[in-house]
Amino acid sequence: MPRHRGPGHSRLAWAACGLLVAACNGPIESRSEDLPAIGGAPAYGDTFIQASIGDIGGLIPSLTSDQSSHEVGGMIYDGLVKLDRDLRMAPSMAESWTYSRDCLELTFKLRRDVKWHDGRPFTADDVLFTYQTMINPKTPAPFKEGFLLVKDVQAPDPYTVRVTYDKPYARALETWNTYMLPKHLLQSFAEAGTLRESPQNSHPIGTGPYRFQEWKPGEKVVLVASPDYFEGRPYLGRIVYRVIPSQATIFLELKANGVDYASSLTGIQYARQTEYPAFRKAYHKFRYPGSGYTFVGFNLKDPRFADLRVRQAFAHAINKQELIDGVRLGLAREATGPIRPGTWAYTDDVKRLSYDPERAKALLAEAGWKDRDGDGLVEDRDGRPFTLTIRTNQGNDERKKIAELIQQRLKDVGVQADIQLIEWAAFIKEFVKPRRFEVVVLGLGSGTDPDQFVVWHSSQRGPDQMNRTGYANPEVDRLLELGRSSCVQEERVQYYHRIQQILAEDLPMIFLYTADALPVVAARIRGVSPAPSGILHNFTEWFVPKQQQRYTSG
Amino acid sequence: MRQFWRTFSRNQLAVCGGAVVLVLVTLAVLAPLLAPWDPNRPDTRKILIPPSSSHWLGTDPLGRDVLSRVLYGSRISLAVGFVSVGIAAAIGVLLGAAAGYHGGTVDNVVMRLVDLMLVFPRFFLLLAVLAFLKPSIWTIMTVIGLTGWMGVARLVRAEFLTLREREFVIWSESVGAGAMRIIFRHILPNAIAPILVAMTLGIPAAILTEAGLSFLGLGVQPPYATWGNILNDGRDYIEIAWWMTLYPGLAILITVLSYNLMGEGIRDALDPRLRQSRVGRIRTR
Amino acid sequence: MALFALRRLLLSLPLLIGITFVSYVVISLAPGGPLDFLTPEDPNASVEVKERLIKEFGLDQPIHVQYWQWLKRAVRLDFGRSFLPDGRPVLTKIGERLPITLFLNLIEMAIIVGLAVPIGVLSATRQYSLYDKITTVFVFVGFATPDFWLALLLMILFGVQLGWLPISGLRSLNWEYLSFWQQQWDFFSHLVLPIVVATFGGLAGFSRYMRQSMLEVVRQDYVQTARAKGLSERVVISKHALRNALLPVVTILALALPGLIGGSVIIESIFAIPGMGQLMVQSVFSRDYPVVMGNLVIVATLTLVANLVADITYGLVDPRIRFGGRRGRR
Repeated sequence: MPRHRGPGHSRLAWAACGLLVAACNGPIESRSEDLPAIGGAPAYGDTFIQASIGDIGGLIPSLTSDQSSHEVGGMIYDGLVKLDRDLRMAPSMAESWTYSRDCLELTFKLRRDVKWHDGRPFTADDVLFTYQTMINPKTPAPFKEGFLLVKDVQAPDPYTVRVTYDKPYARALETWNTYMLPKHLLQSFAEAGTLRESPQNSHPIGTGPYRFQEWKPGEKVVLVASPDYFEGRPYLGRIVYRVIPSQATIFLELKANGVDYASSLTGIQYARQTEYPAFRKAYHKFRYPGSGYTFVGFNLKDPRFADLRVRQAFAHAINKQELIDGVRLGLAREATGPIRPGTWAYTDDVKRLSYDPERAKALLAEAGWKDRDGDGLVEDRDGRPFTLTIRTNQGNDERKKIAELIQQRLKDVGVQADIQLIEWAAFIKEFVKPRRFEVVVLGLGSGTDPDQFVVWHSSQRGPDQMNRTGYANPEVDRLLELGRSSCVQEERVQYYHRIQQILAEDLPMIFLYTADALPVVAARIRGVSPAPSGILHNFTEWFVPKQQQRYTSG
Repeated sequence: MRQFWRTFSRNQLAVCGGAVVLVLVTLAVLAPLLAPWDPNRPDTRKILIPPSSSHWLGTDPLGRDVLSRVLYGSRISLAVGFVSVGIAAAIGVLLGAAAGYHGGTVDNVVMRLVDLMLVFPRFFLLLAVLAFLKPSIWTIMTVIGLTGWMGVARLVRAEFLTLREREFVIWSESVGAGAMRIIFRHILPNAIAPILVAMTLGIPAAILTEAGLSFLGLGVQPPYATWGNILNDGRDYIEIAWWMTLYPGLAILITVLSYNLMGEGIRDALDPRLRQSRVGRIRTR
Repeated sequence: MALFALRRLLLSLPLLIGITFVSYVVISLAPGGPLDFLTPEDPNASVEVKERLIKEFGLDQPIHVQYWQWLKRAVRLDFGRSFLPDGRPVLTKIGERLPITLFLNLIEMAIIVGLAVPIGVLSATRQYSLYDKITTVFVFVGFATPDFWLALLLMILFGVQLGWLPISGLRSLNWEYLSFWQQQWDFFSHLVLPIVVATFGGLAGFSRYMRQSMLEVVRQDYVQTARAKGLSERVVISKHALRNALLPVVTILALALPGLIGGSVIIESIFAIPGMGQLMVQSVFSRDYPVVMGNLVIVATLTLVANLVADITYGLVDPRIRFGGRRGRR
């Protein structure tokens, strides 16, 4: 593939590598020794090529649930607030906000210099419109919850938005970290319920740092930098998302310099396949704790798992470190609860059950499961052996390996487990939703707000709801409600610490680990700054020095 | 019979193929005795070790011995081959015989059924059936059998159509022999040859299908090894763990090759048109 | 013969309807539905949104009614819109992917036929010779090699280590800026590896069939006669035997017609080619019924047409078959 350099500037700029220094400062591991000594002045231009494992589902991300469309959408659209490098809410299109005393009113003051990509100004009307569209039953948006809890939205002047809630809602601010939609283009479609057929879904207009240029379905999406972006024009001139549905191929493209970025390597790729000199010269690897955790969930309706001793036995039977080493090659951290480590609500001062097969067997015996006939399996009083099926979805290599390792460990304590890998749609519909499972291996995201209401509250145990294990604990219910309806962080911290402690005692699921994120960025790209929220928080500041630019930005 | 052996043994490749098949079947049967390690027991301290004296074919991403897994995998792969082809042949013979012998509406119905099955893209059929059934080795075998009987049915039907007009059949009918008797004693033995060939050639196809299904993640459930899923496990590590891909790939290659060579040899030896001295050629399609 | 063709065509129509109906039922009954993807994990909103979507997609009606709705539009060639969030018309989605799949398949078929015929013929004429043995083994090796394995190996060799060929995709990113000839070369270089992988695996079937057909023909009386007449072996083979041996091959080609629009999921996903194989698989996995049905209709139609064409051509070129007439020998 021919490589185009920028127009031949031969200036050797010894500009202070301020951004480079920032990159070396992060508390997160990065291969600092590989960052070149010579700096380069920030320059506009060049193209950033990112591999995307799935094609985007559409160009109005409010309507989609796949990751690719949200990645792309995040560049085209903006919200009122955004997540900053330390996982806190920061101003985006709203320059400030205030909460009323009773936490029922949230008032945003919008910036005045934001324009849609077609030149029209962004105003409070658009915010109002976005809200109305999201709550409109005709809009097929998957994530409406936050908006449905709003009582009212007012736009007293073009740059002020006042949101009122019935009850204090802790995640209120987070709700407005979502994509704002243009009223002047979409009003008629939203009212008719035909958003999917609007031109916006094939040629979107947003307020974000990049403008849409083209989408070749199945092949690529191309975005170009928006010159009058309110936070400053992004340096990287163009982003191309290449659709490459095979992880193996993405990796090969990385090695052949066909892509500039991979959002996460696998454990083995990071540890074993990217250690050679040519790779380390051409790419920088990063490692930071990911969000989301993998767990083993019990069906608490199953009488065997209703007994806490059995759940504890399972927890003792499983060797979490072995899982981390075997599945992630050590590139993960043990999870002790559902809240993201490093955030303000996290605590690790909770009960832990270490790997102890003898203790596991003892607990099982206490619960009535002993090996009565010497066949290596435990049976209950009536002689029925303890057998179960571990289920998880097909297509996920990590979960498969976890299931296999757990199966072996359970065998060691006398429990016979089969594994079933089921296609996702069938899995959710036939087993997860109707609670027809014994044990599942799944993952959940830990969002930025620690509110866990939908996962642990006893009212959320319906078939379409997220409390899959069927957990019900009145004290946890109370704490969840309190946590959700307060907007004072000091109070909330107490509640969530207590919740984590109770969950570790009750063990409705065994929290396994949080995988590290292992992104890789081409070395010519400067300005990457690892932070608790990852590396993409300052994407608009990434640049390539003029003499190293590889592609014309067209 | 002797004619068959004479022709068959002239074909060196076919004989080679047959010998290898025999060896493979023996290895499969004796796998529990031959495998040095437990094929399903993970050991995370030994992830992806290259071939060595204790692990002749290396280890997989969960630390399991590849040699043992390939050996045990051969049992499943061969079982899938035999059983699914057996199912396909059974269905095919039944339906083909019915169509060929009775003719008329029965024939029409069966042939339309064949058309219907042939029209669906194979993958769609497999997915649809798999979505309904619990994933397991029996499901796989049934599914491959259920989606592969059409060729045999056509063959059998063609045989019946021609042989039906033969004198001895008409004679038997006039003498009053029952239909089943005629089918089994007279027609089937003549038809056996192409059926046998189709079956022999169907086995490697079934093995490859199973490998493909495992590749897509629709095959036998973990932790059981099949050649297809060992390949799938090693797919992302081809550069650093070539043994995960080379050995099961070789196993599939050798097996498929041998079956095909043997099958072709059988066909060549059985095909009456290839024999020089024969009176009254039977026209087969 | 025209009567025969007409009768078959008429019979095909109910068959087509039957096929589509069965398909619709099967895919609808498969566990899980499109809603499981569109409203995945949000408890509060899902109830209303789900009901809306169910109405919009017509999923609240009994299956035969749903099918009837679909059929009414399908006969006007309106296959509806995809259930996925992009909501684009089914024909558009298929139309984006069909050309590249067709193109690849046609080239592949041309290469396979071009190579398989000489291989098969030579194998037959030199049965059991060293040449025969080598080509047999070679061809079966191709058949038995897992295609993704070969694909990855070739990608590593030619793409990463030697850097001669691009690894994936259809075009380079700067394609628009290349000259016309550079564009053609770029396109070609992207397709080399997928075609090689696909052809290597496909050679076996065809060349063996060719060999078999040639073997049968060569033993026929008229070939012996030609030899006895003193004609050179070469003439015998190329003029008399070959033509007859090619007849069944024509049939096979016709039967391969429906396969032209199907793609290999494995090859497409590894080489990142946006083809029909991936579309079909993804639409089945996400229960995108309109796309699945659209795809199926095209495949089914092509298959029925191909069967008809195969039967007719076989009848035409083989003088022994006369649709119920006497069977004689040439």
